[in-house]
Amino acid sequence: MGGITMSSVLFDVPGPRARARHRVIGVITALLLLAVVAWAIWRLYENNQFAYEKWEPFVTPAIVRDLWDGLLITLQIAAVSIVFANIFGMLFAVGRLSDHWLISWPCFVVVEFFRAVPVLMMVFFFSIKYASEIGKFWVITIPLILYNGSVLAEVFRAGILAVPKGQREAGSSIGLRKYQLMTIILIPQAVAAMLPAIISQCVVALKDSALAFVIPYEEIVSVGNRIRNEFHNSFATAIVLAVVFIIINYSLSRLAIWVERRVARRGRTAVKHPPTVPGVGVGDESMPG
Amino acid sequence: MDVLFEEWRQIVDGFWETVQLLVLSGLIATVIGTLLAAMRVAPVRMMNAIGTSYVNVFRNTPLVVLFILVVFGLPELDIQYTFFEKAIIALSVYTAAFVCEAVRSGINTVAAGQAEAARSIGMTFTQTLGRVVLPQAFRAVVPPLASVYIALTKNTSVAAGFGVTEATATLSALLNNDPQAAFALFFGIGLGYVLIVAVISTGSHLLERRWAASR
Repeated sequence: MGGITMSSVLFDVPGPRARARHRVIGVITALLLLAVVAWAIWRLYENNQFAYEKWEPFVTPAIVRDLWDGLLITLQIAAVSIVFANIFGMLFAVGRLSDHWLISWPCFVVVEFFRAVPVLMMVFFFSIKYASEIGKFWVITIPLILYNGSVLAEVFRAGILAVPKGQREAGSSIGLRKYQLMTIILIPQAVAAMLPAIISQCVVALKDSALAFVIPYEEIVSVGNRIRNEFHNSFATAIVLAVVFIIINYSLSRLAIWVERRVARRGRTAVKHPPTVPGVGVGDESMPG
Repeated sequence: MDVLFEEWRQIVDGFWETVQLLVLSGLIATVIGTLLAAMRVAPVRMMNAIGTSYVNVFRNTPLVVLFILVVFGLPELDIQYTFFEKAIIALSVYTAAFVCEAVRSGINTVAAGQAEAARSIGMTFTQTLGRVVLPQAFRAVVPPLASVYIALTKNTSVAAGFGVTEATATLSALLNNDPQAAFALFFGIGLGYVLIVAVISTGSHLLERRWAASR
């Protein structure tokens, strides 16, 4: 991203012969793709995957309603976990930047641990140990808060560190205290620069909410899993679930890119190039969750 | 704590399975992902479209849904593999999308002059990419690629829900046997993951430092 796009530098502006060659390669690629698609369709047809009863559940009102309710719960899990993850992330980012090692060290350990441990492991832990006390919603949501919060802690920390030194110095020189510096000068600018990364993290939370299927809960993937077991249409169900997630997540990614451009254009922050944090990326380059 | 020592054999076996999933799907994903990245920057429209669609589809699908498709969907199409093989397929296909994006961002960091110089001495697109741009891109790509492998390490745990007894499945089994020891098990096995992640990020730092000199 940014600067000259490499793809235009990698090759000359094609002349007539190159254009003809590219067209031939394009046609061959298209034919290969067509062959793969045709093979897949044939394979699906052979195995009766286009039969009406495989897809019937997805036009049955009662089941569509179940899926819709499941989707709402999925969105709820993602929304709640992102809100709390932001609070968690902010606290631990500031904690890690503390001058007192008694504060910064525990924050470092917590953030690094929950960034390295699989979310599914936490889900198993909470589901076996605490399911009866906290309920299934929190069995999936707490792990998502801990994981996304730790990732966001690193995002915020990088954002705070990326605010130009002059801002901090200017604040100090007019007599602001450390916490005033943090809350008035640094955090607002860091958040503006990090907004796209926060939106990208929503995509991660939405995808990871699917891990609730091991509990199982009532979000859309657990609902899908029930449908699949009842109607023996795993292939069809997986495709439907995938399409739903792709539509939502693709829109969110576009939103992140749009916000990124807007923040850059309106100059809401002194941070010129939001730093990239290992494990997270901005908009276009988000990392697997 | 005792449970960790009593069950060490089972835990080590679990992590061995995790490492196998990580290495095999990491290798396959790197190959597919690099090819996809080349397609995304190629001068042929059709290839760009395929690369872009692949990334948008698999980056936005939950890994669990992909696992459902591969583990339960493929047998419906009469395509039979073991659980382990199917886990490798799902993880590779998913991770390839992220490798593609990491490599593509690496290609974008190579100075434009490098590619221009290569072209000015008459190199073709394939030569420019293969001999000049990609070798340099792989250096710039070490940190983001390391992040992809770290994410993959954690993602191998999803296989626990689909019949592969790797480390997380081992944790789940041990937790069910002995809920009293939940904390020891959770932090003990968690540390195993922390260790794998630490190895990957240390390796990435070493490579970065070593290659940084030659630029």
